[in-house]
Amino acid sequence: MTRAPHHDPRTAADEREALSMPRGILRLPLVAGAAALALGLAACGGGNIDQSGSSGSGTAGGAKCGALRIAVNPWTGYVSNAHVIGYVAKTKLGCTVTYPDVKEEVGWQGMASGSIDTIVENWGHADLTKKYIDEQKTVVDAGLTGNQGIIGWYVPPWMAEKYPDITDWQNLNKYADLFKTSESGGKGQLLDGDPSYVTNDEALVTNLKLNYKVVTGGSEAALITSFRQAEKNKTPLLAYFYDPQWFFSEVKLVKVNLPKYTEGCDADPKKVACDYPPYALNKLMSKKFADSGSPAVGLIQKFQWTNDDQNAVSEMIANQNMTPDDAAKKWVDENPDKVAAWLS
Amino acid sequence: MTTTLAPPPPAASTKEEQPRSAPAPSRHTGRKLLVVLVLWLVAWAVLRGKQTLALANADTTGLHEWFNGIRDKVQLLGQDNWFFHGVLGTVASALDSFVGAVQAHVSTVVPGDWVGWFGVLALAMWLTYTLAGLRSTVLVTAVLLFLGVAGLWTDGLDTLIVTLVAVVICIVIGLPLGIAMSRSRRTSAIVTPALDVMQTMPSFAYLTPIALFFGIGPACAIVLTLIYALPPLVRITEHGLNSVAENTVEAGRSLGVTKGQLLRQVQLPMAKRTIVVGINQCTMAALSMATIAALVNGPGLGKPVIAALQTLNVGAASVAGLGIVLIAIMLDRTTTAASERSAPGGQRVAAVGSPGVFGGRTLVLEKLPRWATEDTGRGSAARMRLTPGGRRLVLGLILLPALVGAFYSTRYLQLSQFPDLSGVPVLNEITAGPLSTHINDLTDAVVNALTGVTNGFKNFVTSVMLNPLQSVMSDLPWWVMALVLLAVAYLLGGWRPAAVTVACEAVILGTGLWYDAMVTLTMTLVATIIVMLVAVVLGVAMGRGRRTDTVIRPFLDGFQTIPAFVYLVPALALFAATRFTAIMAAVAYAVPIATKLVADGVRGVAPTTVEAARSTGITRWQMISKVQLPMAREALVLATNQGLLYVLSMVVIGGMVGGGSLGYLIVQGFVQGQLFGKGLAAGIAITALGIMLDRIARYAAARYGR
Repeated sequence: MTRAPHHDPRTAADEREALSMPRGILRLPLVAGAAALALGLAACGGGNIDQSGSSGSGTAGGAKCGALRIAVNPWTGYVSNAHVIGYVAKTKLGCTVTYPDVKEEVGWQGMASGSIDTIVENWGHADLTKKYIDEQKTVVDAGLTGNQGIIGWYVPPWMAEKYPDITDWQNLNKYADLFKTSESGGKGQLLDGDPSYVTNDEALVTNLKLNYKVVTGGSEAALITSFRQAEKNKTPLLAYFYDPQWFFSEVKLVKVNLPKYTEGCDADPKKVACDYPPYALNKLMSKKFADSGSPAVGLIQKFQWTNDDQNAVSEMIANQNMTPDDAAKKWVDENPDKVAAWLS
Repeated sequence: MTTTLAPPPPAASTKEEQPRSAPAPSRHTGRKLLVVLVLWLVAWAVLRGKQTLALANADTTGLHEWFNGIRDKVQLLGQDNWFFHGVLGTVASALDSFVGAVQAHVSTVVPGDWVGWFGVLALAMWLTYTLAGLRSTVLVTAVLLFLGVAGLWTDGLDTLIVTLVAVVICIVIGLPLGIAMSRSRRTSAIVTPALDVMQTMPSFAYLTPIALFFGIGPACAIVLTLIYALPPLVRITEHGLNSVAENTVEAGRSLGVTKGQLLRQVQLPMAKRTIVVGINQCTMAALSMATIAALVNGPGLGKPVIAALQTLNVGAASVAGLGIVLIAIMLDRTTTAASERSAPGGQRVAAVGSPGVFGGRTLVLEKLPRWATEDTGRGSAARMRLTPGGRRLVLGLILLPALVGAFYSTRYLQLSQFPDLSGVPVLNEITAGPLSTHINDLTDAVVNALTGVTNGFKNFVTSVMLNPLQSVMSDLPWWVMALVLLAVAYLLGGWRPAAVTVACEAVILGTGLWYDAMVTLTMTLVATIIVMLVAVVLGVAMGRGRRTDTVIRPFLDGFQTIPAFVYLVPALALFAATRFTAIMAAVAYAVPIATKLVADGVRGVAPTTVEAARSTGITRWQMISKVQLPMAREALVLATNQGLLYVLSMVVIGGMVGGGSLGYLIVQGFVQGQLFGKGLAAGIAITALGIMLDRIARYAAARYGR
């Protein structure tokens, strides 16, 4: 797990400023002497006292970095982004990185209030974008991650093999009987899932005249467990899922093609009859952090990689039981060119 | 607290406006209920599917949007409003920096800067020995070492820190409040409903608002914990003060003491043991929030649990969950031992009973196993007694090595950061990695062996019980169901619960989530039925056989304390994402409390009665069905009531494993900005549902329970 840093090696001025912030996460040592020590060390700047123990492999750059608080949203792909960026920021830039665990919306709130510096994988969120970037101007866009977010309906690979035409939505009604469950009331079941994502599934089922019922799974865990069981026991399953997702490196789910997405075909949520748009995932920073001059700002803006890159790191975390930091280190060591490009 | 809930009557005697003279049950009630049932089924057959008030998943009502608007306003104001920024902001920063500071000195210590793990351990041992005696010291040492070996040192201590800070705040707020409530009926009448809401409202529902006010981090985690942990302390304090014998108080009064003197010198000392029980329960409740707290970046063992859930690593989640269970046992036993020590000799208040039949969860007084609690005090009492001076000398002497240990832990890295033991034979088996692998293997084996059976069982229960019941309760005009509930409330409990029912129905209707509330109600009822079936079987077995009790009880305790997130994944693998899985999760959580209450009830049947019955030569089955169960009726009613409320409190978790309806809406509202208002409304609907069911059950219990 992440360990909170003992001292915030910010400048003393930063400390004072942070004190006046409403919800700054401050870890002021109780004992006055220790506090003075912390401020003293902080004033020296860039002193990376958090790395004691190891001999410090950092080739710290010239500019001082200070604290970097990367929000961690609760899915593994995100954890990969966060820890690879965090690992590079820590080892190459000498930042003191912390990873507050938050849900998406709470992360945006945190950037607005100043308790979080950056979100490193954002899925759309038009409403929040409007509120925080356009209206409040407390959050700024930090460029694309290079990952393509794909949302859609998936079946386990054994089904795609046995019923090759199932991947066309027009044949779904033909197979509706296969997908009947105790929950679907005589129709085929479409398992929906993660409460964090907006889905059009109920509208899609109606508008495409499918003989299916949307059943709420309720969590990512529910979706993955269902797919895992379906593939292992060769039971039918049709469910909402998304890529990039580490689970793809375990079971290669097959996407069902809905009517092709065209610009604006999802404008009215009630009349949607087309596939989900491809999401270009992006990064965000709090305005305050973006203006802070920290070298990590450049790193976050330049960070880009592919879905395969991310799934590789996620797979190490999820299936090989590696800690996020170990997985990040392994990937960074194996991909020096990509990392160098972020730091240029 | 092993206050065996010996006959639960004290429970009913708490002065929570329990109907004093319950009208005798009418002989016609059964017939009238039957009439209601027939009318209901007829209405369902005729009006099926009309005016059900079903609301599509993404749709919202005006109220939901209004909640959203308030949220937005608070967010905008948050930066410079005097209250949000000035008051709450200051409280939040103060808490955050305080916890941060404690962490820096105890759990996340920079080597060489402050005492390391060895120092913390040495000082904790000394403190426990001073306060609670040798046995507790051994326990504390074992638990802390386990946390270290399993790689949970920092998170474990963080959990301890957050819990203790929350408990201290609870005591500062809760004791005066409890005292005020015991002295003034009006205060009690005002505060009690607030406590009800605090305990019944699912924590997910207020997670986002609290995060909005206090920012994410330790402060938010502590406030969340407070909301949940404060009520038991206040209730038990009030109960304790109220149950100081009337004649004692009278005697005091006749001596002409003032009210304050009476409180300080008579009531408080006499209620001391009960209040300590309250603190103990408060601690356990605080600990049960560890996982939820992690969702708002609260430090502690909840973090590894949530992280493991993301990768569906049951083993890793279990290891962290085990850490929480062990900390619960450690705190429970140590505080109990400490309180028994400090209690003046001879003054041993035995069972306190349940602190009120009501209250979301009565946070069982009897949460932990006998072996974990009871004999500690006895052990210390049997020891040779030292004079106070001699005792101080001894404690001072053993403080020395602790201080030396603390000093060395600032000097050596091995004593500062808990060493990695994965290379050491034997010990490496309980480091996080191998231990979680073992658990994963075991879970896989069980899941593989059982999937076929469990699926059949699931389909059977769903088609025979769940689907018909759900159809009858939700697929009909809302007003029919509202009338049915009202009629049942009136027939079972009289006009008081009927009035509460009307109010709660109005609230549910107002939230715009009537249909979802009825689906949730169905699942709650089915789960409660299953809970009672299991609880009666297990409870009778435990009540009749001491050995059975000793074997089963630790499992019950484990299920009660381990975070539900831990068994979510295996439950999903066994039953898929269905309403049934949600019901099973609730059953797993509610069975322990119900079973314990039944067991205590059966054990509480007077031995003379049992003996007399036996002399008539009845069979064992007759003994159970004709004597023990009927005599334990009150316990059964109490168990049903508690089972029901426990089930209801798992609705949110159920929403995450296929339960849908209100639980899902709450989770969704928590993660999706535009559905925040709907989630909040769902939280309110659950609270209303809980209060309604509780009142009906409580008044029915008062009528039929004796």
